[in-house]
Amino acid sequence: MSDASLRSPLHDQHVALGATLVPFAGWEMPVRYTGDIAEHTAVRTGAGLFDLSHMGEIAVRGEGAAAFLDFALVGRMSAVALAGARYTMICTPEGGVIDDLIVYRRDHDHFVIVANASNKDTVVAELDARVAGFDATVEDISAAIALIAVQGPLAEGIVARMCVRGDDDIRAMRYYSAANVLLRGDIHAFAARTGYTGEDGFELFVGADEAAAVWELALEAGAEDGIVPCGLSSRDTLRLEAGMPLYGQELTRATTPFDAGLGRIVVLGTAAKPRGDFVGRDALLKAKVEGPARVLVGLVGDGRRAARTGYAVLDDAGAAVGEVTSGAPSPTLGRPIAMAYVPASLAEPGTVVGIDVRGRREDMTVTALPFYSRAS
Amino acid sequence: MSNVPDELAYSAEHEWVSGEPDAGAEVTVGITEHAAAALGDIVYVEAPRVGDTVIAGEVCGELESTKAVSELYSPVSGTVTAVNEALEGAPETVNSDAYGDGWIFKVELSETATDLLDAEAYAATIA
Repeated sequence: MSDASLRSPLHDQHVALGATLVPFAGWEMPVRYTGDIAEHTAVRTGAGLFDLSHMGEIAVRGEGAAAFLDFALVGRMSAVALAGARYTMICTPEGGVIDDLIVYRRDHDHFVIVANASNKDTVVAELDARVAGFDATVEDISAAIALIAVQGPLAEGIVARMCVRGDDDIRAMRYYSAANVLLRGDIHAFAARTGYTGEDGFELFVGADEAAAVWELALEAGAEDGIVPCGLSSRDTLRLEAGMPLYGQELTRATTPFDAGLGRIVVLGTAAKPRGDFVGRDALLKAKVEGPARVLVGLVGDGRRAARTGYAVLDDAGAAVGEVTSGAPSPTLGRPIAMAYVPASLAEPGTVVGIDVRGRREDMTVTALPFYSRAS
Repeated sequence: MSNVPDELAYSAEHEWVSGEPDAGAEVTVGITEHAAAALGDIVYVEAPRVGDTVIAGEVCGELESTKAVSELYSPVSGTVTAVNEALEGAPETVNSDAYGDGWIFKVELSETATDLLDAEAYAATIA
């Protein structure tokens, strides 16, 4: 990878914890601290702590910020309540996905967009190109922001204990909403009840210079609950079990949100609730009407050999008809799971398809996503 | 830095060999701590079967972790005389005891192995 690897403000903490660091989207990030399965299981049963400082943060401000994002993104950000969050995408005029995003509304004229590390510069450039004519500014604030996630069924109590002010807000907060809180050590944080694990949890936006203090605070507040630092490897199996797409695998410029089964986030408007123009509108309307030629499905295997990214999906005759986008042995299910694009004719749950696993066919069964849902 | 025991021989593909690798002798084969750590938690070991012929440098099985899959290469040529059946139910032993209970298979050598590295030379490849 690149010599100019970016380092998280928590780099020293990772090294001290004995993390295995790997190049990731231009960053040097922890792939694991102790073991992938222990980290995965901690998030499913207790709490895990993640450094997400590689993610991109983009501030959009101005009286026209909401109108601008309504034009630039596929969802209607003007409809997001103050302190609300929304999962959305930025698409090309042809309807292809440039990135999937979470947009947080911090004020009526202030939004923060979280983009994938690998796409951040592209997203900033696209927003810059689309902002002309709007009373809004686009600013890449990634370098100044650290993002630390506490995820798992015990996350609420841990994050509440980290607060000197706002702990009631933490407990009362609904999924996909956020609040400004004051953490112990006089640290201001923007706390959102969001995540990428399929569990309850919080993501804390703090200044990069305060990241180390917040990380240590989370470990301290979570000690009684056995909080475990978690790396990118467990993050990937957690999101896969939760059926959440990963950009570059399930989502690319060659896929539309409809292909990925995420058409619900494309707001085309209705006669009663019309929506103005937005980038990709015509193509996405066409994609919705025509329906996807290939469908993203979940696959579960009975064997032990896992389908991996890029493996071919085979029909009964052994012809390659689709492609696996993500796959792994599921730590929670104890079976191989995968997501794959297949023709609509093979997308019905219960359909058995073959996977070319390094030259040998393994059968897997189409199943509804997600593979795992937390009890709520 | 992972452990590289002096008494073992190694392949460039991160297998270890225990025992004198002379024609007719039986050796034990596993993967190194370094390889096991790089794979992460191993959840499935597909070893060759007893009676299979294996050839030095050729694929004879695979190791599956939650993170990745890796091919298992035979570091020696010969006939497989035993496989570690305990790995079927406890593949994580390869992570926890790579040089002991995490052994993978045994081979009766059809020829003396000549391409193996000593501990120092192997350690240099992973430094």
